[in-house]
Amino acid sequence: MRELRIHGRGGQGSVTAAELIAVAAFKSGVQTQAFPAFGVERRGAPVQAFVRFSDEKIRLRSQIYHPNYVIVQDSSLIADIDVFAGLEAGGIALINTEKEVQRAVPEGVKVILVDATKIALEELGLPIVNTTLLGAFAAVSGEITLEALSEALSERFADSLAEKNIKAATIAYNMLKGEV
Amino acid sequence: MLQVLEGSIAVAEAVKVCKVDVISAYPITPQTHIVEKLAEMVAEGEIDSEYICVESEFSALSACLGASAAGSRVYSATSSQGLILMAEVCFNVAGMRQPVVMTIANRAMGAPLSIWNDQQDSLTLRDSGWIQVYAEDVQEVTDLHIIAYKVCEDHRVLLPAFVCFDGFVLSHTYEPVEIPDQGLVDKYLPAYNPYNMLDAKQPLSMGMYATPDYYHEFRYEHEMAMQRAAGVWREAGAEFAKIFSRDYSQAVEGYRLEDADIALVALGSVCGTIKDAIDEMRNDGLKVGLLKIRVYRPFPADDIKKALSGMKKVAVVEKNLSSGSRMLGIVGLEVKDAINDSSISVLSYVTGLGGRDIRKSDIRKIVNACNEGKGNMFSGLREEIL
Repeated sequence: MRELRIHGRGGQGSVTAAELIAVAAFKSGVQTQAFPAFGVERRGAPVQAFVRFSDEKIRLRSQIYHPNYVIVQDSSLIADIDVFAGLEAGGIALINTEKEVQRAVPEGVKVILVDATKIALEELGLPIVNTTLLGAFAAVSGEITLEALSEALSERFADSLAEKNIKAATIAYNMLKGEV
Repeated sequence: MLQVLEGSIAVAEAVKVCKVDVISAYPITPQTHIVEKLAEMVAEGEIDSEYICVESEFSALSACLGASAAGSRVYSATSSQGLILMAEVCFNVAGMRQPVVMTIANRAMGAPLSIWNDQQDSLTLRDSGWIQVYAEDVQEVTDLHIIAYKVCEDHRVLLPAFVCFDGFVLSHTYEPVEIPDQGLVDKYLPAYNPYNMLDAKQPLSMGMYATPDYYHEFRYEHEMAMQRAAGVWREAGAEFAKIFSRDYSQAVEGYRLEDADIALVALGSVCGTIKDAIDEMRNDGLKVGLLKIRVYRPFPADDIKKALSGMKKVAVVEKNLSSGSRMLGIVGLEVKDAINDSSISVLSYVTGLGGRDIRKSDIRKIVNACNEGKGNMFSGLREEIL
């Protein structure tokens, strides 16, 4: 079983991102389970959401302590929260940022930086980065295919909005494909 | 077709295919997403149901009682304080033998205020005369609603039911689930056929005074219906399994119990975590199994006795507290009574209250304590803050 933790701020669509990853993963042929950190939804406050991936039916209901992947939607969280907590060697941290990360990274963890805000602003006209980061996640994790993600986005959003989000995700995907 | 849905949305979809006539509910975390989705379905004309907005849970269930008495298939959902505010009406719905189905998104009771999961709310209403069933995953809670209507509306039963699933842990989790096909559900669950109903042309009264000459017998008849519900559940579950290929006909379900020395007993979503923990402990040579209780009322004492015969020790994982009782847990007392065999040790472990996460390591600690003969205790306490 592989596990993902998403860090974001309330309103940034962390739970939506987790849901979309779960939908896309299921379409990619794996069993999934996605859930938010329970009961902490407040706009602007640090929030977390989680996804599990497995080849077998997922029965485990406890929270996630040792993720294989971390997505950080807002790099300003890094100063206050140990976004690398529980990540072990071989783990991947995908961080939305335009600058270097000022925090010690656990040994063996691969940190991948992507300026998702820039892509989102150009493609969506809004700094809503979750769908862009999903494209990046597809590229660096291999847990979901870009096709499955695009399908999930098409189901979730209306026509033109879906197209824009798919484009933003595809740009990030192409940018990071081959990084890991 | 399997699709990834949030637990609450899957429940709303289950209610939709049950074609309920009247919905009345008052929003409370973590039940909210269910009733928001149903309100949206009504507003969009996706379902032909009346949604009655009210100012409290007391009124919500009162509206359901009236609508049910008038011959409608009705639905409500609640959690925690909301359920306890309904307590008076719960007894009335059951006493008037109305087949109301209500989802309980299980949540801790205040004070202190907690929006998080345990099972204190529905277990506290154990004796209110409702059937109670507990789901392990999103598929199960979806399916149990359909079976619940079938059983409750059966003229041999005519009782209401709580369909319980763990708040947040299941209500806010997205996972693959199949929403049963409308056409097949229509065949399985035909339109509600009331045994009797309020009708101006043939007036009758419900919930009248019962003097001491009658009350005792009313309660007896109620109890007989509850006892019959066990068999009707098996039948309805078997029929569901034939059509939908998912079998919930058994009130209890064993996991790796056959050759076990220690049996864990639990209700709800923690059963999934326990199964994973059991697989790990089995790899370490510990002969552990699980008995999951799906139907809690009527209490399946005979099934439990049969399933647990041959065990050396039984550890009941309790997400509740029966304050002041020797065993501390509500379920353990009844399991012990069901086994009625002094050679099998039955101990309760109160854990996971107010949303405290239950990990595989917590289950292992319970098994270790049980092995050492320690039990009827809180497990997973943070000693450093006491």
